Amino acid sequence: MRILVVEDDKDVAGFVVKGLREAGHTIEHVDNGRDGLFLAASENFDAIILDRMLPGGIDGLRLLETLRAQDNATPVLFLSALGQVDDRVKGLKAGGDDYMTKPFAFAELLARVEALARRGKGEGPTTRLMVGDLEMDLLSRGVKRAGQKIDLQPREFRLLEYLMRHAGQVVTRTMLLEGVWDYHFDPQTNVIDVHVSRLRQKIDKPFESTLLHTVRNAGYMLRVEEP
Amino acid sequence: MADLPDSDAPEDRTELAPRPLEAEPVVRRRTVLRSASVRFAVLYGLVFGISTIVLAASLRYTTLGLLSRQTEVAIRADGAGLLNHYRTGGIPGMVLALRNRIRENPDDSAIYLLVDPLGNRVIGNMSGWPQAVKQDNVLYSVPIEHFHKSSAAQLRAYALPDGDQLLVGRDIEMQVKLRRILRDAMIWALAAMVGLGVVGALVVRGLFSRSIGDITTTTRAIARGDLSKRVRRDYTGDEFDIMAETINDMLDRIARLMDGVRQVSNAIAHDLRTPIARARTRLEFAASHSTDADELRIAIERATGELDGVVRVFQALLRIAEIEAGARRSAFAAINLTPVIADLAEFYEAAAEERGITFDASWPDALNMIGDVDMLQQAIANLLDNAIKFAPDGGVVHLAARRDAESIEIHITDNGPGIPEADRTRATERFYRAEAARNTPGTGLGLALVAAIAQLHNGRIRLDDNHPGLRAVLVLPRDNPKPSAKLRERLLSATRRKSVVA
Repeated sequence: MRILVVEDDKDVAGFVVKGLREAGHTIEHVDNGRDGLFLAASENFDAIILDRMLPGGIDGLRLLETLRAQDNATPVLFLSALGQVDDRVKGLKAGGDDYMTKPFAFAELLARVEALARRGKGEGPTTRLMVGDLEMDLLSRGVKRAGQKIDLQPREFRLLEYLMRHAGQVVTRTMLLEGVWDYHFDPQTNVIDVHVSRLRQKIDKPFESTLLHTVRNAGYMLRVEEP
Repeated sequence: MADLPDSDAPEDRTELAPRPLEAEPVVRRRTVLRSASVRFAVLYGLVFGISTIVLAASLRYTTLGLLSRQTEVAIRADGAGLLNHYRTGGIPGMVLALRNRIRENPDDSAIYLLVDPLGNRVIGNMSGWPQAVKQDNVLYSVPIEHFHKSSAAQLRAYALPDGDQLLVGRDIEMQVKLRRILRDAMIWALAAMVGLGVVGALVVRGLFSRSIGDITTTTRAIARGDLSKRVRRDYTGDEFDIMAETINDMLDRIARLMDGVRQVSNAIAHDLRTPIARARTRLEFAASHSTDADELRIAIERATGELDGVVRVFQALLRIAEIEAGARRSAFAAINLTPVIADLAEFYEAAAEERGITFDASWPDALNMIGDVDMLQQAIANLLDNAIKFAPDGGVVHLAARRDAESIEIHITDNGPGIPEADRTRATERFYRAEAARNTPGTGLGLALVAAIAQLHNGRIRLDDNHPGLRAVLVLPRDNPKPSAKLRERLLSATRRKSVVA
């Protein structure tokens, strides 16, 4: 995927660019708002990682507002040291799709950017999700694996739906917390892991192959195991 | 300072040090004039005095005016009657009428005089024609000799066709006396008013300077850095008392915030240095001692973990500070806590079950209140986190929500080690960690955050003994008016009380 990084801190930028390239993405990097706006407006990107405070007269918020005013809907992830709730709200109101506070874990950034970029593809409304032999019917709210019906609690259903919508991507615990429960705090206990392992009991345990994988130091991924 | 050139030094000194010393006596000399209370009293006295004078003057004018108009009407009617007698009966008829009138004049207030063309008295109760009366048909107010007494009278002259002249009048001595009495009364009233005004001004000033002076000295002491001073209250519930209470509340809050800042900086020194030092040592040791890549990676991962912990502490601290600043009250809305609690119960039930903890939760159908959903969610989550963390494997955790007319109570209990009674008040301070919690992971900020959120909602967190374990009770008022509205309400009720007394 083609990703634009607008970040003036050399160390952070270097680290992000290197990491994203290693993950197989094509990266453009600029270190000020003016160039960032120019590139974002003139070229096509799958996602933009944007710092809030930038040199060059145009800060991240202005850049995004200008971009959105031109009907450019490229998904934007804010990466900022401004971490107060109000800052976050401001960023999302300006048209940001996601907001991360520095310092951050690269795995989290990668997972979120990939999720954003894929969402930007706009697959349109679906009624049916499929991962391997796992099927989910969003209308009848039924789940089957290898033709066998699986009973899920409403919350387990939403958890699985989120994982299936992000199949093949790393999904972090924070992403699950926000996406499935709409919680914006950090639980001290490993509750998310418990919920995931309960789901695993139902969708993986009775079957031969594993779909729901744990990604070390990052989170989870739902994918078909390579044969 | 010693290194400064001589020429600069005096300027500096006049700029900085002696100024207040110079200003102080000036302030004192002009205190009486500049005192708001004196100005207020003088203004009050002036308004009072002017209205009194206006009232008295109008009273005097209408009373005396009425009397003098009545006299004038009587003289006219009298004169017209006598002229009628003249017209029908000539001089003899008139003399007869005059004689009758003089005889029937019981208090000698009516004055009559008829003189012939030579000026000789024909009949009348006056010795001679007064010098002042020169023209006909004009009303004169003149001093006269009447029955050998000096007196005053209103007189009117009529010229008769045969050359005789008639004088008709009324003695107005009573009116003059009344005028004098009214004037004297007004002067005395004015004097009394000035006296009362001065006394009133002094009383008002005393009242003001007692109430405001205390506030001034207190706030001045606070400004100098003595945060322990408080305004003295008289508990009468009047406006001054309410102001004193409000100021004291404000000072309590400032003191709490200052304490918080002090605590936090101390805590940062201790609690953040430790993990940073640990990470640093680990990295340094790994850099100099590691022999293979795996060893190095493990060290780096551990150090990253330590630093993540530091970041978590920072974020929690910033969040508490943000909440305490009250900035988030803008997100307050009418909410129902029931689905929030139900979701959280479902969320944490999984974690409890994992550890074999019996978890049960109960809540009423609706828990409506004014508040910030995200904040309350986090507060309840923190309490549940704690309960599950500290309950022993196979223990018991309860969540129960209740409500009455004014408040909502959320009880969360566990049967873990609890918090010793002596420590419970400190438990909501930042970085407090119970002895029993030393070895569990955590920042020591969870309860502090809950307390901050409770306070944001004008509620509180209560910690009790659960025999064994901890019972944490989050008490939230259902109705959460803005503080200004609360104060306004109290001022209103105070005024209402006063008017009832008055």
